[in-house]
This record gives sequence, C-alpha cells and structure tokens, in this order.
Amino acid sequence: MTFRARHLLGIEHLAPDEINAVLDLADRYVDLNRRTVKQSDVLAGMTQINMFFEASTRTQASFELAGKRLGADVMNMSVAQSSFKKGETLLDTAMSLNAMHPDLLVVRHGASGAVALLADKVNCAVLNAGDGRHEHPTQALLDALTIRRKKGRLNRLTIAICGDISHSRVARSNLILLGKMENRIRLIGPSTLMPTGVSDFGCEVFDDMRAGLEGADVVMMLRLQKERMDGGFIPSEREYYHRFGLDAQKLTFAKPDAIVMHPGPMNRGVEIDGELADDINRSVIQEQVEMGVAVRMACMDLLARNLRAERGRAAVEVMA
Amino acid sequence: MILHFTNARMIDPETQTDSLGSLTVKDGLIIAKDEIAPKGANLCDLGGKCLAPGLIDLGVKIGEPGERHRESFRSAGAAAAAGGVTTVIARPDTSPAIDTPEILEFVTRRAKDAANVRIHHLAALTKARAGKEMTEISFLSDLGALAFYDGNFVVQDHKVLSRALSYARSLGALVIGHPQDPSLSAGASATSGKFGSLRGLPMVDPMAERMGLERDLALVEMTRARYHADQITAAGSLAAIMRAKAAGLDVTAGISIHHLTLNELDVGDYRTFFKFTPPLRSEEDRLAMVQAVADGVIDVIGSFHTPADEESKRLPFEQADSGAVGLQTLLPAAMRLYHGGALSLPQLWRAMALNPAKRLGLEQGRLTVNAPADLIVFDPDVPFLLDRSTLLSKSKNTPFDGQRMEGRVLASFVAGQQIFEYKG
Repeated sequence: MTFRARHLLGIEHLAPDEINAVLDLADRYVDLNRRTVKQSDVLAGMTQINMFFEASTRTQASFELAGKRLGADVMNMSVAQSSFKKGETLLDTAMSLNAMHPDLLVVRHGASGAVALLADKVNCAVLNAGDGRHEHPTQALLDALTIRRKKGRLNRLTIAICGDISHSRVARSNLILLGKMENRIRLIGPSTLMPTGVSDFGCEVFDDMRAGLEGADVVMMLRLQKERMDGGFIPSEREYYHRFGLDAQKLTFAKPDAIVMHPGPMNRGVEIDGELADDINRSVIQEQVEMGVAVRMACMDLLARNLRAERGRAAVEVMA
Repeated sequence: MILHFTNARMIDPETQTDSLGSLTVKDGLIIAKDEIAPKGANLCDLGGKCLAPGLIDLGVKIGEPGERHRESFRSAGAAAAAGGVTTVIARPDTSPAIDTPEILEFVTRRAKDAANVRIHHLAALTKARAGKEMTEISFLSDLGALAFYDGNFVVQDHKVLSRALSYARSLGALVIGHPQDPSLSAGASATSGKFGSLRGLPMVDPMAERMGLERDLALVEMTRARYHADQITAAGSLAAIMRAKAAGLDVTAGISIHHLTLNELDVGDYRTFFKFTPPLRSEEDRLAMVQAVADGVIDVIGSFHTPADEESKRLPFEQADSGAVGLQTLLPAAMRLYHGGALSLPQLWRAMALNPAKRLGLEQGRLTVNAPADLIVFDPDVPFLLDRSTLLSKSKNTPFDGQRMEGRVLASFVAGQQIFEYKG
C-alpha cells in the first residue's frame, strides 16, 4: 500500500499511486456498503470530529456515516453553537479541540487555506472537506472513482468541466486529479466565471458548449451559486441556462456514451435540465453520492493507518 | 425595377473619391457603377447634384417607450428621411430602458410599423442602466441589438464594468461607453474656463473626459472587449485614443456634430438649446476635434439627436435638459465643415456612413456593387435660413434655429425605394 500522507489537504499533494491506492480501497468499501451489515472496526476506539464552518448536508452526512461504519466515535460540531460565533479565532478553537485528543478532524471552511493553517497546529489527521475556492479533495476522489467504475479506466478520457469554474473548489481539485491521471480536460463557462490564467493549467478553455463538449467522455456540471446569478457575473438564470445549461440537445455534442456528473446540490433548470439529471442511462449523480461514502471511508482508513504507525514510531523512540 | 442615376457627383467614402459618374440600382441593391444604363431602366439625371450613401446616425434618442410626446418612431422616421439619415441607430436610454429581450422586441416591431427608414437598436449594458447588473447580452444580441450602451449613465463600479466587458467580449458584442468621470462631471453644465466662470455656471474640466476614457481603455485592455467611445470632445483625450489604437485594441471613437460646429461661447446668454452632455468646449478643442476626424482618430460623427420638449428647456440653464434634435440638421451642419475647407465630402461620409456601418456590422453606408441601395441626393450649396418650426421632429430644440445654413437633401432612398423627395 502506497499512501504516505499524514493529512488529506488537497489533491495537489497526492501522487498518482496514492490516488490509485485510495480508489482501490474505496472499491472494496463500496462492496461493504452494499451489504446489510455494514460494520467494520478499522477505526474502533478512535475519535472523529466534523467541524463545518460552512453549511453542508451531503458532505457532512457522508463523513459522519463513513466514520460510523468504520467504528469511530463521531462528533459533529455545529459551528452555529460554538465559541467561534462568540469571537474565538479559528486556531483557538482548533487548539481547544486538539486538547481533547481527536484522531481525525474533518474540516470545511469558507476561506482558502484555512484547513492547512489548522492542520499545522493539531496532533491528529486532518481531512479537508472543502476550503474556500481552493480544494475539495474527497469530491475529486469520489468523482474519479465514479468515472473509473463507469468508464473502466481513469486515463486518456476527454472530460468537460462546465459552469462556474472560478468559484469552484470542486473544479480545482478535479482539474488537478484528472490532470495527474493524464486526461484531456476542457473547461467551459462564461468568461466572467473563468479564472484568469486558467489556460496555463494545461487544459482547454471554451465559452461555447457546442465546441467544448465535442467528443467528451465525461460531462461534469458545476453548481451555479444563487448569489452569483443576477447581473454580477451573468445576466440572468435564463440566459445562463440557454448558453450553459446542460440539456439533452447540448449533450448530443458529446460522445453518445458520455456520462453526466454533478457534485450537487443541483439547480434544476439553471445548470442542468431536470429530466436529464434523472436519466439513469446518462446521469451518474446518485452513484457519485454512493461513492462519496466509500471514498471517505478509504481516506480515513488510510490516514488512520499512517497515524497509528507514526504514533507507534514515536512510542518506540520514547522507550529507546 | 431598375433605377439608373446619371450625371451624379458621387461621394464614395470607401475610395475617398468625389467625381461625376453613374450608378445603377436593382432590387434594392447597387448593381453597377459607371456603366451604361441597362434596357428598360428608369433614367434619373441628377444634373451634377451629389449622390452619396444615406447617413447612418449612431445614437439617436427616440421617445419610445415612455416619452412619445417628445418623439415617436413615426416623427423620428420622417425627420430622418428628410435629413438624409437612412439608418437610425436608436439609443436605449428610454423609460423603461431597453434592457430586456421583451422590450427590444416591442420597439423593433413598433419601429418597423411606423418608420420607413431603417431603425436599428442599441440595448442597455446594465439593467435599468443602473450600473449594477449586466443585461442579457446574449439574448439581446440574438434579437438584433447592435451594441450595448448605458447612454450618459456611467457604470461606476469597475468590477461590474470589467465583468460586462468580459462577458460581451466572449459574444463578440460591441460596448459603447460614455467616457466622462461621473463624480467630476456631476451637475456640470459648462466647460471649465473663462466663459463658464463669467456666466457662473457649474463647470467640469475636460480632464473628466480623459479620466473616464483612460479608465474604460484600461478595462478594455484587460478584457480585450470591442469598445466605442460615444463622444470624444476634448483635445486632451485624443492621445489616449491614439495609444489604444496603436496598441491594437479594438477601439473606436465618435463625436457629435454639435461639438464639431459649435463652441462654448455659443451658449451666449444662457441659451439652453446649446446645453449638451458633455458641454460645448473651447474653440481650440473644437478645431482639434475637426482635425482628429480628418486624421481618422475619431471615426464616427453622429447627431446625438435628443428631443426635449419646451418645458424641459424653458428652465434656468443649470436645470434644463441637455441635448438637441439633429436628424434634419446633421447634413447642413456638416456642410459648414465642408464649405469651411476643414473636411472633404468623402471624409465626412466616411465618418457619417461608412465607419458606423463597419463598426456595427451593417452592409449599407457604401457605394459599392452589391451594397444595399440606401442613397441620398443632395445639393451642398443651397443656402437657407433654418426655422425650427419646420422641423419634422415632435421636439424643436435645435441650436441652429434662425441660423444661415447650406446643404439640402433632395431625395432619400432605402433599399432602392424613394422615401423622401424635397418639394420646395
């Protein structure tokens, strides 16, 4: 097994063999999750704390379920009720929690780099559940697993990522992961939602769906956030849907067997047609959610192994 | 029907020539130049009168929707035909502003029913021209909006403008700016200087124009958008335009005929028909602008036709509305520049027909074979005394009232069909 990382802060720090290690293990957890008895004890006795400074439903539920199925004691810290609201700094909150000896800390924060800042100050493994516009590594890993299971491979594919690229951490993590695995990546979106300099990332940039989707194996739609819909970045929902919303007609530009993905939550009729999202022959959106739990189990399992090994080495040093 | 003009003094803005010749028109198109009349053609001997492409007037305010008492498509269309303007590019600063596909469809239909000159529309760049949120540039372009313009409302938020420019660029849409720094020019009704001080009017320095222009051009350089400055009126702004063009930016500039033919002193004793936005400039600025048109630094001359009723002009100078009607005075006013020896007729037609057509992607404005036969016949030398009550616009606010002018449109044609004939 080749997974050496102490934290999972971003795809940027993972090597291709580490990514494969996560996906291979996650494949086994998919099987476990499909059984009636989904119990494992690899995290038995360990404490997992979920700290979500930004609202989340599916990611938080997915991490909680993953931890529980692996036998960890899981605590959800609701930031709304925490001292954070009383003015405590992020690091003070982290230090207080660290004093309670957690083993796995799952953090989502609205500011890019906040999770890395926190990881420097604690003695446990930290998993980034999304930091600002920076990275969302478990989302990219679960997308990769979904693609690998549907397409039979995770290289030499043409993957179109479409929508609000500039505010999306999902797009960044996917761009890095899929690039590392040697795929051809296309970014499609209005120029106002395309980060500057993005063509230097080694991907193709389009502002037209027809050209961008041509020959794509995978179409990844991104959520358009409500606060960006009116006038600031795009003129209106209806114009956005007309130009960049994925419907059956636009999907015909992609390969006939192209799959449609979305990290959720979806805005039906804004970035994706509702009927298409529900089309079980094309849409793999439900599979993505399923893979999410398995991928998070695999990540926590691997980090816990490294954590035990590290603590074991430290104990040996103390005894010596 | 074939129409054959002979003995015509042809003003060709593309070849920059002014020479006697003939022109043949069939099925709405120019089919031949300087060729023998085909059999069965209706011969039209112009006796040495000028034959030129119809004027294309970029930036005409028509009061529909909202201010039909000032101007309607019908009255504007009649004034345009009589003034030799065969293509009107209507401004979106109506009330409500033309900022949705629904309003654009409405005015397009109204214009088609009411006027026999061609009327094209500009759409607002931001919703309600409020400078906060961009309009549906893609839908509006699809419905025929030729460019995006907030009139004399300046988008003050740099971020909003940069996003709108970036979005427009991805669609290849043209954005028209009003390069006047909004805080410096707020409330101003005269140009800073001796005259404005003497009259005690709130003033603005021409630097406000350069500042607004430099801001816009910086964002254009950043986004690489297609940009046209509606009116450049001060000598100090010209260097910026030249620099942008030399740097390869897709930038053009316009000016109103009033800023080319009048100066700040014409305001005299607070005559509100001489109030414009930006205000009339010094004589030095005016001369520099005329030279800039001759040199091609300024590309487009328009009337900036702005109908204002008597009530909005019969006010203290500071409180009166800005702007003047111009559809019928554009050509005679331009003849002042011609007779004064400042500009040749082909140079004038380059700025009043060819360049606006090119900038907006229109076929007309040329005397070329296969171009639409939008033509005017005029006599540049006929003198007359302008009586504003004879203007066909609903509003009569012209600064040229009672002035001696030269140049009369004798006939106008749109797509080969005669829409106007001068009858004594």
